[in-house]
Amino acid sequence: MSKAELRMAQLMRLAVLLLAWHGASRNPKVAFFFGEPLVVGQRLWAWFTAGASSLEVGTKDSTWFTMHFPAEIYPHLLITLTETLLAFAIGTVLGMLCGLWLALSPRAAAIYDPFIKAANSMPRVILAPIFALWFGLGIWSKVALAVTLVFFIVFFNVYQGVREVSSVVLNNARMLGANQGQLLRHVYLPSATSWVFSSLHTSVGLAFVGAVVGEYLGSARGVGYLILQAEGTFDINTVVAGIVVLTVCALALDGLVGRIEKRLLKWQPGSGSTDKI
Amino acid sequence: MDSASSIFAPAIALRGVTCTFPARDGQGAYTATQGVDLEVDAGEFVSVVGPTGCGKSTLLNVAAGLLTPSAGMVQVFGEPLQGLNRRAGYMFQGDSLMPWKSALDNVAAGLLFRGVAQLDANAQAQQWLQRVGLAAFGDRYPHQMSGGMRKRVMLAQTLILDPDIILMDEPFSALDIQTRQLMENELLELWGARRKAVLFITHDLDEAIAMSDRVVVLSAGPASHPIGDFAIDLPRPRDVIDVRSQPRFVEFHTRIWQALREEVLRGYQQQMGQGTKVPA
Repeated sequence: MSKAELRMAQLMRLAVLLLAWHGASRNPKVAFFFGEPLVVGQRLWAWFTAGASSLEVGTKDSTWFTMHFPAEIYPHLLITLTETLLAFAIGTVLGMLCGLWLALSPRAAAIYDPFIKAANSMPRVILAPIFALWFGLGIWSKVALAVTLVFFIVFFNVYQGVREVSSVVLNNARMLGANQGQLLRHVYLPSATSWVFSSLHTSVGLAFVGAVVGEYLGSARGVGYLILQAEGTFDINTVVAGIVVLTVCALALDGLVGRIEKRLLKWQPGSGSTDKI
Repeated sequence: MDSASSIFAPAIALRGVTCTFPARDGQGAYTATQGVDLEVDAGEFVSVVGPTGCGKSTLLNVAAGLLTPSAGMVQVFGEPLQGLNRRAGYMFQGDSLMPWKSALDNVAAGLLFRGVAQLDANAQAQQWLQRVGLAAFGDRYPHQMSGGMRKRVMLAQTLILDPDIILMDEPFSALDIQTRQLMENELLELWGARRKAVLFITHDLDEAIAMSDRVVVLSAGPASHPIGDFAIDLPRPRDVIDVRSQPRFVEFHTRIWQALREEVLRGYQQQMGQGTKVPA
């Protein structure tokens, strides 16, 4: 099946799904609970075309500059994306550092093991109000919540990745004269990278979840806030429109991660494909 | 290092090396090797043969400094070994190339670790790739190469550092017979150009006799130790295929096999015995 054919088949499925939804929503009762695709589309169109808006960027006390947007959705989307990316970056870096540290220091790993298990099994969503208390209702409480989600995914993958470095490869590098720093750079990090990337696909999604849930629980901006407002008035179409926007963004970010992965991990054999000799 | 005493000292000497590992169930211990004395002179090619599981690789790891023996000591050119053996290159049995580095980068890695500048290291690595017949394959990653090509890269990776001692752990055992004989001849050629001390582990007696100056036979484990030491005075340079048809070779093979056969059977029986201990 060629790529174009595949896309066609996928678009067909999507069209069938939308048509079925449209047909079912002719019934007003169904429409009340599931929304109507046409209205959702109108809502999305309006978000991206109507209602000029602005966003003040700065600290609590001072405004650095004000951004102006041609449509209503942009500041909300920008806020949500900023929270997601910040959480993604901070969580990934922290997860990698901690993963490397604990994997390379069995003593520290033994000491912190129960703490990490406890922190990981905690239902972290309930921390959101506490974070709001600590960091205020701005973006940082959402970033903090999303970081707690991203961190553990990356952490466990790096930890695993470093510990599963082939002992033969490791001993070989040592015999070739690599010191600890060189082992880290030439053996541990590249080996952990493949594990990190498989975790990044999951953690991009979770960064989104953290950001949106954070907004949902208390904020004045963001796509999660828009969804919450719409739910307050039983406006199911706007809720669905918000979900669509988030889904598209998450897909785009996932695609970006996939591209970077492909570039950085070109040394890995593709699954099921043979390379020309 | 080049003190008067070290000139006559063997390149590597294992003295009374005993390696005891704690048993997996936490009770008792398994003695892999017991009181092993083994010397390899500078420029000498010594093979160690023995039944599977007799601790051949253990001895090599001890010589490399990757494993500290429970008793006994290792001397490198007359000096006691502490930490890793910096004068040794080690060619491992399994896939030891860094899969995230291209062939060229893998070969250059040792030089980079030693502080050689990138450009210089790459130039030398390219020369070595050429020497092992892979000049056009420098940008290949290990997964893009055949088993034989990977072994060649590993050989270049080890030899580029010009070690005084080369430790080899069944380096060609995973290769098919034709590639293997090709590689054996190439190794002999490279070794003949600049004679280094080689400690070569193999389970293949033909390979051991064809390549070596001396063949040491280890007894079956546990507590394995050398039970035979045969000087192979076949003329060099040798071709590993032609040499097998020489009467002298056959004679050596018969003599060493007599010593080895009993141990192989004993090792086999022990492994079978261990097998029956496992509860069904």
